Amino acid sequence: MSGQGSPQGGWARGAAPRGRGSAAAAGGAITLAFLAIALVASIWTPYDPAAISIADKLQAPSARHWFGTDQLGRDVLSMIMAGAKNTVGVALLAVIIGASIGVPLGLIAAARRGVVEEMVMRASDLTFAFPALLLAILFTAALGPGAVNAIIAIGVFNVPVFARVVRAGALTLWTRDYTLAARVAGKGAARISFEHLLPNLGGVLAIQATIQCSLGVIAEAGLSYVGLGAQPPTPSWGRMLNEAQSLTALDPALAVFPGCAVALLVLGLNLLGDGLARGRGG
Amino acid sequence: MGTGALLEVESLAVSIGSARIVHGVSLQIAAGEILGLVGASGSGKSTLALALMRLLPPGARASGAVRLEGRSISAMSEAELQSVRGRQVGMVFQEPMSALNPLLRIGEQVAETVRLHGRASRRQARSLAREALDRVGLQGEDGALDRLPHELSGGQRQRVALAIALVLSPSLLIADEPTTALDVATQAQVLALLRHLARSLKVGILLVSHDLAVIAQVTDRIAVLERGEIVEQMATADLLGRAHHPYTQALLRAARLEPKRTRRDFAHAALVLEARDIVREYPRARRSLRRRPSPLRAVDGVSVAVHAGETVGVVGESGSGKSSLLRVLLALDRPQGGEVRLLGENFSGARGAALRRLRRSIQVVLQDPAGSFDPRWRVERLVAEPSHVLEEPPSGAALGARVSAALEQVGLPAAAGARYAHQFSGGERQRIAIARALILEPAVIAFDEAVSALDVVVRAQILSLLAELAERLELAYLFVSHDLQVVRAIADRVYVMQRGRIVEEGPAERVLRSPRHPYTRSLIEATPQLGAPLAGTGC
Repeated sequence: MSGQGSPQGGWARGAAPRGRGSAAAAGGAITLAFLAIALVASIWTPYDPAAISIADKLQAPSARHWFGTDQLGRDVLSMIMAGAKNTVGVALLAVIIGASIGVPLGLIAAARRGVVEEMVMRASDLTFAFPALLLAILFTAALGPGAVNAIIAIGVFNVPVFARVVRAGALTLWTRDYTLAARVAGKGAARISFEHLLPNLGGVLAIQATIQCSLGVIAEAGLSYVGLGAQPPTPSWGRMLNEAQSLTALDPALAVFPGCAVALLVLGLNLLGDGLARGRGG
Repeated sequence: MGTGALLEVESLAVSIGSARIVHGVSLQIAAGEILGLVGASGSGKSTLALALMRLLPPGARASGAVRLEGRSISAMSEAELQSVRGRQVGMVFQEPMSALNPLLRIGEQVAETVRLHGRASRRQARSLAREALDRVGLQGEDGALDRLPHELSGGQRQRVALAIALVLSPSLLIADEPTTALDVATQAQVLALLRHLARSLKVGILLVSHDLAVIAQVTDRIAVLERGEIVEQMATADLLGRAHHPYTQALLRAARLEPKRTRRDFAHAALVLEARDIVREYPRARRSLRRRPSPLRAVDGVSVAVHAGETVGVVGESGSGKSSLLRVLLALDRPQGGEVRLLGENFSGARGAALRRLRRSIQVVLQDPAGSFDPRWRVERLVAEPSHVLEEPPSGAALGARVSAALEQVGLPAAAGARYAHQFSGGERQRIAIARALILEPAVIAFDEAVSALDVVVRAQILSLLAELAERLELAYLFVSHDLQVVRAIADRVYVMQRGRIVEEGPAERVLRSPRHPYTRSLIEATPQLGAPLAGTGC
């Protein structure tokens, strides 16, 4: 009696679950779609998003106005598109600010250890101790509302996040033999950080950037909802939501489109971030 | 239908995709017998061991018959199999750390196996766990039950893994390279334990290893696996004397590890590297606010000298301070006392440009051929990395020519430069590491356990290459290893290190033939040698 192994292999362990890649792909597609919309909006929108036409106010979605018009007769689709440009721009620039300060800080903390590391880490603890959105509101209230100040306010809170992630990653990489080999080759800490550590941290950084981007989208929507983001006439999703709130009885659809835009973009970014993280861990 | 054998394997074959990993393997293990399965890396040993308990990775297909005490493993359901694994068959693998749960106390981990397999009460499970730990030489009464894996040494962890495998008194134990990650002294203890299990508890054991010298010490029979096929199978004593198959003979030669070069006396050659009274201390964690704890002294007044063209070995167990010493010699760490001189200049105190200039004369080859290369760099860039310390670093074609020359010196084609390190085998990667060390034409190369992670056949090849390079390029080597056999094969002179001090030094021949210090003697006794029985019986 010789046991024949079935094609699936009664001999083998259970197969690994599949299908995680598709969620990441969907996330990537959503993110890319919003990026594309933001790019298109900077050249062309169906109507001028700031053009007021009281005669056309509060129209339902139609062939002329796909998403309808608001209380001032502005085209909602154009506003959503222009708002995407604003939101994506703010979130991306905030991530770039956070990464360009946080990454070097993290690398320095890991390379120098000791007092430098303590200072960087305690400073980031201090930043973490405050509720980020509240402080961003305080920040923009002090500096004055506007897109640029929103970028700075959100960017400041990205700095410690990047510093921590990079320091943790760099510390493990510093224990690898290849950094030892590079030191024997006469390379200094700065050079090793840029030539060996940074490229190997690329994956972790991409994941973190995606997550911070989605948090940035929410923060930007929140700030402009309370009037501290981009100022009129620049359209923004947060202010559209704010304006729709007072008109919920008249036209509930007005809140649906900007609300869905925020939710969809955040969902896309999170799916993408999770997918990237799983891809690395798997 | 059973013939009385504990485990019977008949024409077992395993393939993954279109590759045949194992084919036509038939073997038997009787109760109380230790069967050795030996072969170079890639010969299919581990796949075979996994196939016996149907633990193959997804995608692998197997055929043939495996019978345990007359019952067909291949016909069992997954539920039946689970009760067989652990209860009737225990398994131990190479990496004792990854086999243990880092957050679970030792006693609980062993007891967990008991509770998974039966309805033993918590207390019964705990007493069984204590017995099993006693049996492997970790005394349960001494609080071993309450320790966490990271608090144990490598040898102790392997004992815990053995205790888990043995707690339910299985009739068969499958051990895949159980001692490869351990140093020689611990290895000898684990081997003695395995032999004790077979002799007194009548456990049948399948011992898988690449090193004939290791398994010849305890096995009754040895099966030699080459490319998935058993090419020779006979009693251990016969195999050592009368092996016919050329592959077995190659394995025997590799395990014997003949000296790779004629030893010479370099006492009159110029000093290349000299260290005097090196002290290296590490600060200990503070436990009280008032008192600063005394630092841990890893290297305690060590003096070492390497002459031009000479190969010097530094031998000691793990934890003896070898690696700390090496870091000081390479000017990676500053010593708390003493001085390192390279080519007559102060190396340990050098800074800036002087340090960079001196670095050209000393290079290093590290243990882990996987971890010592940046995974994102191509080989040509990796090999070229040290040329950065030259005053006028070559670039473009000149650098390419140097890289090709270095790769050719270590027996790799110049085309290898365009690939990534992970695309090479362990032995090839170590050749790349040597090429990287050679590119600056240094006066001395330090080796940190450089061949410990390689299988015996590859190890012999790398050692031959190193001996040839030393002759041809008049290189001096500082060879740090826990493996006396390796040092014996290559070194002209040796230092024996124990607890941060040099306890014995002298010509390799003299020290290894007639050791004066008891520590050296114990190291030599623990080192496996073909034909010599396992020393000591206790565990």
